This record gives sequence, C-alpha cells and structure tokens, in this order.
Amino acid sequence: MRKRPLLTAVALPLALVLAPALGAGGAAAEELVAYEVVEGAIPASLTGVPGDPEAGKAAAVHRQKGNCLACHAMPIPDQPFHGEVGPDLSAVGSYLSEGELRLRLVDSKKINPETSMPGFYKVEGLHRVAEKFRGKPILTAQEVEDVVAYLLTLKGN
Amino acid sequence: MRRIGIVLAAAGLISVAGAGVAYTDSIDWGTYQVGDKRSGYTYAQPETRAMQDDDFENPGFLLMDQAATLWETPDGAAGKACVGCHGDVESLAGVGATYPVYFEPWGKMMTVEQRINQCRTEGMKADPWKWESDEMLGMTALVKHQSRGMPVNVSIDGPAKPFYEKGEAFYYERRGQLDLACANCHMDNAGLQLRANTLSQGMPNGFPTYRLKWQKVGSLHRRLRGCNDQVRAEPYERGSDEYVNLELFIMHRANGLPVETPAVRN
Repeated sequence: MRKRPLLTAVALPLALVLAPALGAGGAAAEELVAYEVVEGAIPASLTGVPGDPEAGKAAAVHRQKGNCLACHAMPIPDQPFHGEVGPDLSAVGSYLSEGELRLRLVDSKKINPETSMPGFYKVEGLHRVAEKFRGKPILTAQEVEDVVAYLLTLKGN
Repeated sequence: MRRIGIVLAAAGLISVAGAGVAYTDSIDWGTYQVGDKRSGYTYAQPETRAMQDDDFENPGFLLMDQAATLWETPDGAAGKACVGCHGDVESLAGVGATYPVYFEPWGKMMTVEQRINQCRTEGMKADPWKWESDEMLGMTALVKHQSRGMPVNVSIDGPAKPFYEKGEAFYYERRGQLDLACANCHMDNAGLQLRANTLSQGMPNGFPTYRLKWQKVGSLHRRLRGCNDQVRAEPYERGSDEYVNLELFIMHRANGLPVETPAVRN
C-alpha cells in the first residue's frame, strides 16, 4: 500500500509522455521533425534548408496547402476575397520573429489554445481526421520554412 | 514541450486568430433576425434572397410539387397514400417546426425524414426512401414548408435532453486535420468573411435547402457532411445518431427564427 503513491507518481508522467504518441495519428503517423519551443518561438529551422519566400507565397495562397487567405488579409492584390477571421498579415514580418512565426504555423494552440487557427505541422491530438489526411501534417516541414520566409518579407508599407 | 506551451499560453497576449468581432449592420432583417439569432438569409447575397422570396423563382418548389403528387398516390403493400391518414398536407402546419422529436419506440430522436420512412415502412408497407432521393427531399420540404413563417419550436425537455447534450458536445468538439469545431466558425466568427464566403450562424431553419453550389435541393445532413469534409474530418452517415443529435442542438439554437423551407442559399 505504501508503494502505491510512488507508483502513481512514476506512472503518471510516463502516461503523459506516451499519450501524444498514441493520439489520433497512431502508428501510421508520419515521423515529423522534432522541434523545441523556446520562449514563444521555435528558433531552429525544421529542415536546415533556408526557406524560399516565393515558394512560401505560393503555399500560402494554395487552397489545399496554407490557404492563409481563407482567414487572413495579405498583400496579394491579384487574389480576390481575403478572409477576416484572423489578423491582417500585411506587416506580420515587422513584429514577429522568424521563430515566433514558425511556432504559430506549426502549432498555434501552443500559444493560444482557443484559436481557430489549425496547426499546420501537427498530427497528434486531432479528432476524426479524414482517412486521406490521417497522420499527415497540412504542410511539409520545408513548406513551413518557405511560408515563414515569405511572412518575414511582409513589413507593411 | 507541453509544459512550455502552457506557460506560453498564459503569456500569449498576441492572439493568433482574432476573436469574434461583432457583426454590425444597419439593415432591419424583420423576422429573419430574433435578438442575436440571424437566419442564413441575412448573410446571403441580394440575388440569392430574391430567389428565395419568389416562389416561382425558387427551385425548391419543383420538388415540392412532385411530392404533393406523391402525397396523394398510394404506395406499398397496404395500398395507402399519405392523404388517407393525414388528409390535406396543410393539416401538418406547425409540425415540421418541432422536429427532431423524441420517438418513444426508438428511445431516441427522430427527424422528419425518419418520420416519413416510418410511415412508409410501418403504415404503408412500402420501401423506405433514400435520404437524399428527390422523393425524400421533396416530401421533407413539403412537410416543413407547411410551417413556413412559423417560429422553429424544438423541445429539448424530458427525454430529449440527453440527446441535446450529445449534439451540443459535437458542436463544440474540434475535429479534422483543420482541428475546427462547428462553434469556431458559426458561433465565434459568424458574419466574418472566410475568403469569398460570409460565415453564417449555421441556422438550419431553411432545410431542405436549394443550394446554388449544389444546383440542387439538399438535406441538412448533406450540408453537415460538407462542413465535416471542409475541415478534413471523417463525416458521419446521413441519419446517423450523431447528425440527428446535432440537428436537435442546432435546430433548438434556431428556436424563434421562422421556418424558411425551402430556403435558397449559396
């Protein structure tokens, strides 16, 4: 009996460590690049390959990829109908750092659990993902880097 | 990492996506707005509203005309027609506004579609109609249309309560690769632009609805499947307990708004 609390104390953190691994993605989940969150940011590149702003812009516009315009206004005048759900991103590169942008793309709920914004590089902790998308992040690690690189170019007027 | 995330959450004063912004506008929407509740009509384009306003322009009436014929046509081994038991379809005024209702023999909720098939299989000894068939859509629309203009009046008391709570839980549960709950769009962000579309409050008071995108009349459960698809979630079957309970929650949410069947939406 006296050992019980000790056992619980050991088992609980273990369960917390295992729980994400056993989430919606399960064994079929693609291996995502591990990353470290430091003070509201993911300072290190996910791939080590510098992001390409032009490719990032394309991924941001693409409706099956970033689809950022669904919710955000961006300085892309040739695209009609920019969304209003999220903040205007026209100057986002002037007030958020590369690492802060990366964390917001990867898993914005680590900053604000109530946000509507999807985690674009995340496969765990999701519910009833359609089979076609199960175990897959919305963007690849390099696409995240590309979009980060593009957003950093947005400095407003 | 999770622990750091929580600390960040507390410190995260910069919200990633803006919180719901109150949608204000000066138009008097009449009965299409009751307090803060707004029918999808109030978010629709003027041409779409005009199409709904004119019964001769509204394509939903075509299916209802066919259903009116079916109402009087005997079908099934019992040789019965709807009219034999119910008389004129006008006798159902007000009935459609109360659905889904608790159905004792099933011990759960029942939609108008299910009521119609219950009549067909038990009363008429006829084959059930498929959920999204023209016959079912037309007859459901015809029945609900008898309540057009009457306030939605769905009860969640007594035996309906646990089913309402299930529907409510569904409404607030995030799902799919995009990790969105119904509430994220239709409660928190209604009135805002999602690309070219205005997010509505998701009020289901006009179903079955003629949707421009479909070029066809469709059921509420078809629309729910579409929403689930859009967030890249596995949808449920039409008529599933999950969608019936969700229908109960959102129909109750629409209580007081007028029945608009057959509505026209984009």
